[in-house]
Amino acid sequence: MGEMVKLEYRVSSEDFERAGDASSNTKKVLKKIGIPSDVIRRAAIVTYEAEMNLVIHSMGGEIVVEIFPDRIIVTAKDFGPGIPDVDKAMQEGYSTAPDRIREMGFGAGMGLPNMKKCSDDFSIESEVGVGTEVVMTLYI
Amino acid sequence: MNIRQIVEILKAEVLTGEDDMEKEVKYAFGADLMSDVLAFVNEKTVLLTGLTNPQVIRTAEMIDISAIVYVRGKKPDDASIMLAKENNITLLRTSFTLYTTSGLLYSAGLQGIDVLGVIK
Ligand SMILES: Nc1ncnc2c1ncn2[C@@H]1O[C@H](COP(=O)(O)OP(=O)(O)O)[C@@H](O)[C@H]1O
Ligand SMILES: [Mg+2]
Repeated sequence: MGEMVKLEYRVSSEDFERAGDASSNTKKVLKKIGIPSDVIRRAAIVTYEAEMNLVIHSMGGEIVVEIFPDRIIVTAKDFGPGIPDVDKAMQEGYSTAPDRIREMGFGAGMGLPNMKKCSDDFSIESEVGVGTEVVMTLYI
Repeated sequence: MNIRQIVEILKAEVLTGEDDMEKEVKYAFGADLMSDVLAFVNEKTVLLTGLTNPQVIRTAEMIDISAIVYVRGKKPDDASIMLAKENNITLLRTSFTLYTTSGLLYSAGLQGIDVLGVIK
């Protein structure tokens, strides 16, 4: 496999019908390439949680998955609204999701902490009024 | 435990996966919060839930959950059934509540997953 594969997905705000398509496709590609199953599992979890955050909390954005011979980098970037207190957002159980979202099974406040746990490297940068960028690296 | 046994114990209706009744599961996990499922569940687990939207199937797909039991007689929407078929996920439906469903499967020997070490 020496070649680098790059997958790019636009994710729309509140589009629950297509929510999960980017992650589903990413998982299928990783399987096809023959990435070890433990890495696929962690990559699927971080991509899905990131995708759902874009759908639920952001005004829309994109997911980029880059697959290198030795690592996978998942980047979720959106166009706002940004996170006022990132430390708080990273806490287990912290969620601003409204009831309507909770009724769909989201808003447990476990997404960001689990994304961090499942990545080998994790970074989050956010600016209110500008947007949020989460970068997750998984070594193969 | 295999799917056939689960169907018998829960008097369940088989919505998808009729051809895959020998599929084995080792654990069960009950939840209506999908992020909890993503945080705690490993493979060979049957998910017990009252939530019926397609995100449940997407969640299962991400972490290779091979079977889902809808409790309290809940029926998944058509989009869920289509997605489940695409991904070879067995869907069952029982009239028992989440509590009773869990109790029945547990007494028949199906273990819960070990979250010690995951929850601090
Ligand atoms: N892309 C984002 N844009 C704006 N806010 C976000 C974004 N991602 C996460 N957040 C904020 O961080 C909180 C915690 O996120 P997370 O841990 O994924 O839990 P949940 O999605 O269940 O609320 C969210 O409730 C939201 O307030
Ligand atoms: Mg989230």
